[in-house]
Amino acid sequence: MSVTVRIPGPLRRFTNGMEKVQAQEGNLAKLIADLDSQYPGMKERLLDDQGAMRYFVNVYLNGEDVRFLQGLDTAIKTGDEVSIVPAVAGG
Amino acid sequence: MANITSLRCRECSREYPVQAINVCEYCFGPLEVVYDYEAIRKVASRQRIERGPFSMWRYADFLPADYNPRIDINAGFTPLVRCYNLAKQLGLKELWIKNDSVNPSYSFKDRVVAVASAKALELGFDTLACASTGNLACAVAAHAARAGIKSFVFIPSDLEAGKVLGAAIYGPTVVAIDGNYDDVNRLCSELAETYKWAFVNINVRPFYADGSKTLGYEVAEQLGWRAPVHAVVPAASGAMFTKIHRGLTEFADMGLIDGVPTQMHLAQARGCAPIATAFEEGRFVVKPVKPNSVAKSLAIGNPADGYYALKTIEASRGSGTVVDEDEVAAGMKLLAQTEGIFAETAGGVAISALVRLARSGRIKPDEPTVVYITGNGLKTPDPVAGVVKPLRIKPTVASFESAMAARVA
Repeated sequence: MSVTVRIPGPLRRFTNGMEKVQAQEGNLAKLIADLDSQYPGMKERLLDDQGAMRYFVNVYLNGEDVRFLQGLDTAIKTGDEVSIVPAVAGG
Repeated sequence: MANITSLRCRECSREYPVQAINVCEYCFGPLEVVYDYEAIRKVASRQRIERGPFSMWRYADFLPADYNPRIDINAGFTPLVRCYNLAKQLGLKELWIKNDSVNPSYSFKDRVVAVASAKALELGFDTLACASTGNLACAVAAHAARAGIKSFVFIPSDLEAGKVLGAAIYGPTVVAIDGNYDDVNRLCSELAETYKWAFVNINVRPFYADGSKTLGYEVAEQLGWRAPVHAVVPAASGAMFTKIHRGLTEFADMGLIDGVPTQMHLAQARGCAPIATAFEEGRFVVKPVKPNSVAKSLAIGNPADGYYALKTIEASRGSGTVVDEDEVAAGMKLLAQTEGIFAETAGGVAISALVRLARSGRIKPDEPTVVYITGNGLKTPDPVAGVVKPLRIKPTVASFESAMAARVA
């Protein structure tokens, strides 16, 4: 239970309002499964029906977009910080 | 009161009351403003618009915030300039430049921030904030100064000096972040959870984004109440691109113009072209990239509206064009030296895309075409600094004449 996960506002109703929670190391797919077992309902917010990451969800490992890493296969170890962030526009 | 009823998720259509949120809590899809088109239809007319203020607020019936002269800095109603020299060079008969570089803070971002700041005050915020590639920071700081409220602007630390100054002069807190725009954006979306500020491109984004619709309305009105056959538009997140087309479509739906034949052409530079590349490869999934482009205002590697921009290209039978990095400065010089308009790098991208579209025959000579110039060249002088090479002389006629002779030789 040693990976810190930052939870965005729209998902905090699953975590009793907590901004940060802890999850198991392994890879991103396992981490999401672990989050879902601790906070049921989380997985379907993050993954679509085919089990792929939803288009409008960005996940960062220590500040790096996991799409530039190995996506759901990205290895995550103790001490890492994972941020879940909704996509935003800008300019 | 604005003619709006609610916010709605673009993906799953769940509705939310009007408030400062931008993401659907079920599917994370972006929220959009829902308009009461029946109410708009009852009042909207060409005459009513023509009697309105000479700013984007002449289209207030179509905007999600009320006109508030107290904070208005007169964004919009910028010139639509008929181009003869550039048109001739490209073999086109009817070419126009929408010159949005002459807005109060020198970019189209004044349009979106005008709406965002008016709405932020309506919703009771006392601080404006943004993640910015520069132009947005200038617009946010200017509007906050005018409204007499605080502002925080978050920018990548490698931003052009002209844009940092163009924001700092209005007195915001400038936060320069060691990272690229996508890093800045991620940080701001996390900060927006904690700080109860109006982050214009985050929690008030549904309202903010609709300010860009006025770029569609204005061009239609200035063309004599018709839509062009082609629009060439630089894109970063892709939001403005989609909203220009939305603006034209709304005008047609309300009977203010006859129809929208407009093919929407999206332009990006090689060093950051995730949307145009997806178009070229026939994908609707935008693959994020790490930006490395001289066109910093377009350097968004993970464009939130990329998917919708691609849908707009498809629906309008338009295209996406990637121009090379060296075409950015070339486009800036071409526009300046044929039409007397000094565009920022994003404008160079748009002009070079126009050149490619005209030369390839994608834009035909008889088809009315509008190119959107969305920011001012004085903010991004570095890529064209080489044009500065004055004749150095002593204050005598002889010195001038010898310099002229040397120049001819």
